Amino acid sequence: MTLHADLHIARGSFQLDLSLSIAPGEVVALLGPNGAGKTTALRALAGLLPVTSGFVRLDDTVWDEPPRLFVPAEERFAGVVFQDYLLFNHMSALDNVAFGLRAQGVARPVARARAGEWLAKVGLSSFAGTRPRSLSGGQAQRVALARALATEPALLLLDEPLAALDASTRLAIRSELARHLGEYPGHTLLVTHDPLDAMVLADRIVIIEDGALVQEGPPAEVARRPRTGYVANLVGLNLYRGTASGTTVTLEGGGTLTVAEPASGAVYVAFPPTAVSLHPSAPSGSPRNSWPVTIVDLEQHAHTVRVRLAGLPPVRSDITPAVVAELDLRPGTELWAAVKATEAVTYPA
Amino acid sequence: MSATERSEQFNTATRRGRRRGRLPVVLAVPALLGLAFLVVPLAGLIVKAPWSTLFEQLFRPAVGQALTLSLVCASLATVLCLVFGIPLAWLLARSDLPGRGVLRALVTVPLVLPPVVGGVALLLVLGRRGLVGQYLDQWFGVSLPFTTGGVIVAEAFVAMPFLVIAVEGALRAADPRYEEAAATLGASRWLTFRRVTLPSIAPGVVAGTVLCWARALGEFGATITFAGNFPGRTTTMPLAVYLALETDPGAAIVLSLVLLMVSVVVLVSLRDRWISGLS
Repeated sequence: MTLHADLHIARGSFQLDLSLSIAPGEVVALLGPNGAGKTTALRALAGLLPVTSGFVRLDDTVWDEPPRLFVPAEERFAGVVFQDYLLFNHMSALDNVAFGLRAQGVARPVARARAGEWLAKVGLSSFAGTRPRSLSGGQAQRVALARALATEPALLLLDEPLAALDASTRLAIRSELARHLGEYPGHTLLVTHDPLDAMVLADRIVIIEDGALVQEGPPAEVARRPRTGYVANLVGLNLYRGTASGTTVTLEGGGTLTVAEPASGAVYVAFPPTAVSLHPSAPSGSPRNSWPVTIVDLEQHAHTVRVRLAGLPPVRSDITPAVVAELDLRPGTELWAAVKATEAVTYPA
Repeated sequence: MSATERSEQFNTATRRGRRRGRLPVVLAVPALLGLAFLVVPLAGLIVKAPWSTLFEQLFRPAVGQALTLSLVCASLATVLCLVFGIPLAWLLARSDLPGRGVLRALVTVPLVLPPVVGGVALLLVLGRRGLVGQYLDQWFGVSLPFTTGGVIVAEAFVAMPFLVIAVEGALRAADPRYEEAAATLGASRWLTFRRVTLPSIAPGVVAGTVLCWARALGEFGATITFAGNFPGRTTTMPLAVYLALETDPGAAIVLSLVLLMVSVVVLVSLRDRWISGLS
């Protein structure tokens, strides 16, 4: 049983074109900036929005195939965890979890017993009688997950499930969510704009920008070989597109880089900001890639300073605060950037 | 002078000004006159009440009869409004019916229509020779004018817009995504409406119900036109007040006091819900 979806949805001037397939037990993360169409895709799978053309199929069961058929949300078996959970405020946590079972005609005592088991699974047995308003963000998230899973749906859709949580809760809930997703036998689609959520929770990452797929692959692959500026930014790499001829790559935006592996044709070159060293004057010696740059701004991260530099090509560099002080760096300072050829990864575009 | 000192001085100045509450005379005088205009007649009602014979008057059978009839008719009219008004409010708030704006305007017409005109209109439609009334009479032997049923219909006609508007406002303010959440859990539209939508707009429904009931209780023009004035059958409190004024002013005052009391109770019970439910 695999979920196949070919989503084409037009909403005003926005157009989403995305093909997705999710195997049983697989967790696919749909990653993209705000307005990329992530939630639109999720709503189409949930049955809250019909596709303009294309299809949604769960194995042999057709859910949406215009103009022939549209199965509305209440007849699909899709559990959804909404971004702000949308727990029913006038019901207790237990009744929230039991709601789906009751809607499907399960007798009240049975539904409540099963809901109780789900609350126990997410560690909230003692909150069964609590109203959602009195729950903390993390607890509400867990109730929402239990509510979505209680009906044992074939498809689980999570819309930014961790976005509303504060940083410390997020860490705990993320690992807990990973455990629940690991146990869940159905198909999971996780919509997020947080690359860390995607890396930790997903088996495969699908990245969309402006309603179209830009990259797809296992988390490690995406992290190592980004294919757009957005993805490179997410995973914290310097990324350039250019034309390779031997070990020299002529970059699209201007400048050249020397790489270790000879290649030819259109390629991407990526290297981490830590591989970029800064020098007050043109360096001599081993690093063969060096070019003049001007500091645009400096940003303090945990133990490093991220320096954004203009030049051909523009580049980001991570250096220690000591170096910033030593070289007296500030916006406008002119420097030389240097990258070792062996630090740069090259892959076909 | 530093900026903070200056802003402190400014704050003290505005605070002092606010404390003194300098209201311009051009506003203060008409404001007080307006207040007196609204309050003095009610105070007069209390002052002129025949306190010595109050209980005697209050427990006269005619008063009890009118009060019971009023309460029963207003309550039944309210039930009628709830049964038809809530679905109508839902239609106005949630459906993508073409011409919804026109529909909403039509619904609010009885709100501004002189009640007497409403009564005439009801007579023309539901009267024994009316557009619909003649069939009601021929087929079911039902005739509404000049009956207790007529009172209920007249009151419901005038009061329903209050309920519809209150409930529609609450529905518009309610987040429709909760209904989507219910749908993803497998709930049908009807179950979603009963278990999710209705509880979430309960304050609006309560506010609308109370308003609707109060309006029905005070209904005069449409009632007297459509249902006439037959003691025990169609003479509700407002009609009894009007009748008594000609024959027994004391009784009219007592009846009025009772209605005033009911209004105050309604107002107090709505005090909190008024804001949360209607705005």
